[in-house]
Amino acid sequence: MPGLGTSFGRGGATTAQEDLANSDAILIMGSSMAENHPVGFRWVMKARERGATIIHVDPRFSRTSAMADVWTPIRAGSDIVFLGALVGYVVERQLDFREYVVHYTNAATIIREDFQDTEDLGGLFSGWDAEHHQYSPETWFYEGAPENGTPAGHSRAGGGHGKDRGGEAADLSQFERDPTLQHPRCVYQLLRRHFARYTPELVEETCGVPRDIFLKIAHAFTSASGPERTAAICYAVGWTQHSKGVQIIRTAAILQLLLGNIGRPGGGILALRGHASIQGSTDIPTLYDIMPGYLPMPFFEADSHRFADYVATHRSKTGWWANFDAYIVSLLKAWYGEAATRENDWGFDWLPRVTGDHSHQGYWLEMADGGLEGLFVMGQNPAVGAPNARLERRALAKLKWLVVRDMVETETASFWLDSPEVARGELDPATVGTEVFLFPAAGHAEKAGTFTNTQRLLQWREKAVEPPGDCTSETAFVYQLGRRLKARAAADPRPRNQGLNALTWDYPTEGENGEPDPEAILQEINGWTVADRVLVKDYKALADDGSTACGCWIYSGVFPKTGENKARGRHPRGRYGHGWGFAWPSDRRIMYNRASARPDGRPWSERKKLVWWDERAHEWIGYDAPDFTTSKAPDYRPPEGAEGDAALPGDAPFIMHPDGVGWIWVSSGLKDGPLPTHYEALESPLGNALYPAHAVNPAADRMERADNEYAASPDPRYPYVLTTYRLTEHHTAGGMTRTLPHLAELQPALFCELSTELADELGVNPGSWVTITSPRGAIEARALPTSRIRPITAGGRTIHQVALPYQFGHRGLVCGDTVNDLLAMSEEPNVRIMETKALVCNVTPGRRSREWA
Amino acid sequence: MPTTAFLTDSTVCIGCKACEVACKAWNEVPQDGYVWTGLSYDNTKALGHSTWRHVKFVEHEAVPGRGGHAAGQPTWSFSSDVCKHCEHAGCLDACPTGSIVRTEFGGVFVQPDICNGCGYCVVACPFGVIDRRPDDGRAFKCTFCYDRQKAGLTPACAQVCPTESIVFGDMADLRREASRRLDGLAARGVTDAVLYDAHEGSVGGTHALFIVRGDPVAYNLPPKPDVPSVYLRRAWRSAFVTAASLIGAALIAFAAQSHAH
Repeated sequence: MPGLGTSFGRGGATTAQEDLANSDAILIMGSSMAENHPVGFRWVMKARERGATIIHVDPRFSRTSAMADVWTPIRAGSDIVFLGALVGYVVERQLDFREYVVHYTNAATIIREDFQDTEDLGGLFSGWDAEHHQYSPETWFYEGAPENGTPAGHSRAGGGHGKDRGGEAADLSQFERDPTLQHPRCVYQLLRRHFARYTPELVEETCGVPRDIFLKIAHAFTSASGPERTAAICYAVGWTQHSKGVQIIRTAAILQLLLGNIGRPGGGILALRGHASIQGSTDIPTLYDIMPGYLPMPFFEADSHRFADYVATHRSKTGWWANFDAYIVSLLKAWYGEAATRENDWGFDWLPRVTGDHSHQGYWLEMADGGLEGLFVMGQNPAVGAPNARLERRALAKLKWLVVRDMVETETASFWLDSPEVARGELDPATVGTEVFLFPAAGHAEKAGTFTNTQRLLQWREKAVEPPGDCTSETAFVYQLGRRLKARAAADPRPRNQGLNALTWDYPTEGENGEPDPEAILQEINGWTVADRVLVKDYKALADDGSTACGCWIYSGVFPKTGENKARGRHPRGRYGHGWGFAWPSDRRIMYNRASARPDGRPWSERKKLVWWDERAHEWIGYDAPDFTTSKAPDYRPPEGAEGDAALPGDAPFIMHPDGVGWIWVSSGLKDGPLPTHYEALESPLGNALYPAHAVNPAADRMERADNEYAASPDPRYPYVLTTYRLTEHHTAGGMTRTLPHLAELQPALFCELSTELADELGVNPGSWVTITSPRGAIEARALPTSRIRPITAGGRTIHQVALPYQFGHRGLVCGDTVNDLLAMSEEPNVRIMETKALVCNVTPGRRSREWA
Repeated sequence: MPTTAFLTDSTVCIGCKACEVACKAWNEVPQDGYVWTGLSYDNTKALGHSTWRHVKFVEHEAVPGRGGHAAGQPTWSFSSDVCKHCEHAGCLDACPTGSIVRTEFGGVFVQPDICNGCGYCVVACPFGVIDRRPDDGRAFKCTFCYDRQKAGLTPACAQVCPTESIVFGDMADLRREASRRLDGLAARGVTDAVLYDAHEGSVGGTHALFIVRGDPVAYNLPPKPDVPSVYLRRAWRSAFVTAASLIGAALIAFAAQSHAH
């Protein structure tokens, strides 16, 4: 999550759901929290009971809107205009929390003279390289900061998740500031100019949100912010899954920094993760471009030839990332054990190099072109859940082998037998060459381990029952697969097998299926001293000399001594439930909480106190674990030449950043600009009202090809806006719910929500069939006309939006067409996510043709 | 033994249907049809033999600028319906086999091994809750999780409710909680919320209280639920009078005829 990572320093929700109860206003946008996070939503209800105003901004009036005080429909894909206008509202009326902004953000920092804004260049920032389709960020740097060449993450192949750790490791020890915020090139003034055109009028014109409703929301949110009050923002994939998703989140981050809502009780930005342990799957990643703890994967072209270069590129001189070398060395020691020595750079050369776009969509296109031999699918059902699912299913037929591990035979596992492509005659079961191996998987109650959920909380899950038959956990499968691969490699001395041979891969196992002990794995993740295998207390004990091993430094402290698995803790105490599970880092429930106190260490207000400086004890104390060096006094000033945390003063709450402040301005680390700016969705009925020459995010990748076509913008063939969503009653692609009677009956068919006005226009009766088409495919659904979907007036005309839940497929107790057949593959530049929340379609009455879908 | 009850608060119900699912899972209730109704998000339609908790979706015109919780007409409200467990229960009155009994917790419980499927209880329920399964004809409804209560546990629906829309506890405590919630709502300008507590009619009070906004009728909660058996005395009296009149008339007719002879 580079949106949060670059802004604050860590790519995780800044707060915990429980803390929403302390909010005075909650803006939910890009999320239907009540529907997709019903358990966490209890805290929103608590806040409302205590008097908070609940605001929901969403194209649909959903079950979340039903619980809100204020709801406004918005044109899908126009979020940055709405949020940018909130930023503009704050800046123009000088409603910002000035003392917080001056001390705790980079608002006062002066930017290089050669920077040019999108407002100067008609939609591009300075540094755009049209030939290579990418930005070079030097002109975005702080005035006075040295240039170290193009940072690694800005290369074409470079992924963005590494930047979850807070921007590039620039040398920010020298820069200029103007605490009066008057300098024309200080971030505050650049921000003011950048968002000057984001007005309530533009919101009305572009988002279709009437001016008075926007002003009502702006007033409610800003008046709930300040020393005595705090407001929170909750978002989910309704913000992420856009061609500019990271910048939407950035706009929210800027707003919250201006209002002083980060690091304080009831404030924050809560990134609601899509399902169990999604936060965990970026912390200990299933992503191609990072390693555990947000350490970047080495890239072939940039930083990877020598370990020293890799460390130099990614270690920062000041701030917490000065410890980068201790974390990477400890990780390599955990992976390669005794074989990792200083002489062989701790086995760095054994790590594979990133050579291109190995994200889901990148490799899936490679698969479609016959470039991939085999595929493992675990915990996923891409035949239903992935964009351009039709392309994805057809690509599976190009594989030699496919392994699917699931609790049921999913649409992915059975693509060769009964997919819509087979029905249409595009695939013939007799000739599909892919050998499919379907392995039975244990359910979540049939295996032990941890989940890391939305609020970065590791919670231990006990095994309730033994899995039936041959069902095993993923851990057991991967572990046993690794054993077999290692056994083969041991007999094969080729250099390519050195890494596999060196890999430590021994865990105690139990039972017939050889289930590894998950606590043993968690201990390795926590880390130990190599000499005696004594568990380390936390990541501060990790060293860069090979004396410690640690599988994921941010989780260090979860298992601080033998017998003390903190994830397993079930005795909550205090306001934030410490003692129940373990929140990374260091059990801090609200990150950056140094910002809950004034620069001098006293709380901003009695009502909003969280951690504060205890003059007598000479340490930081409070209701949460301080996210700060507890002995560092508020008046501490770093000595000349200091490095690491010691280089940050006693009033710098964003300790991961080299300058210790929250970043309104991201000088390096994002591929599409230092500030968010409005672009239309890749398919849109409207042009860009701000920058006619640059309708869409220039750095986004359309991945356009014959089997991934796009509509024009606008396109008379596809006049309506389409957005997709999930229902409470089904789990993601439905593999775990459409197969269960008690859930399947609750939402037994695919339906299409559309306004009653559009239904009348089309002559569609409630419950009748409609066909929805895009350049990628056609599907059919039952019509559900409702006033909960409103026609929007934007760009001077009426725009109809339709909404589809994407959770149906061709198998299960209840079936339906796959909505993702309509979607395009595309990539947002920083995290390479597809755009699912705003595209265009056509709707016609009646069922689809049986031949073409 | 304390008298327990449910308080179901529609103003914090998010329509997640976890209560429906938890009820079915715990009580091993079968699914009752994969039928898409097109009636808002409600596809289980009503309480019945195989739906013992049912979330009703009440939809009104959505107005931009207003959330569903704003003062005035709620836009989309959800309320989880359940057997009311009447103090004076029509089903229990009507049951000829003794299958339906009152438990020590105050609930009304159908013993499936005794029920003979006569169906008298179905017509005797003033709330339309109890229902017969088409396969073997036996009547089923919410058990008030008698087995769980016996073991000191909260009924499954209340246990899983994420927003404390369904609260389970002692009746007196719940009445206090309900008035606390209503006061809070009124303080926030939500003045149309009411407590549905049917203790005035002939059902003599129920073990299921509801907080809803507007007219409870919209949520399937009748204004004056009556137990059919309260009409028994009048029915018997009418029957007696009718029978007596008929007999009298017949006697008179005979008498008149014999007099004529």
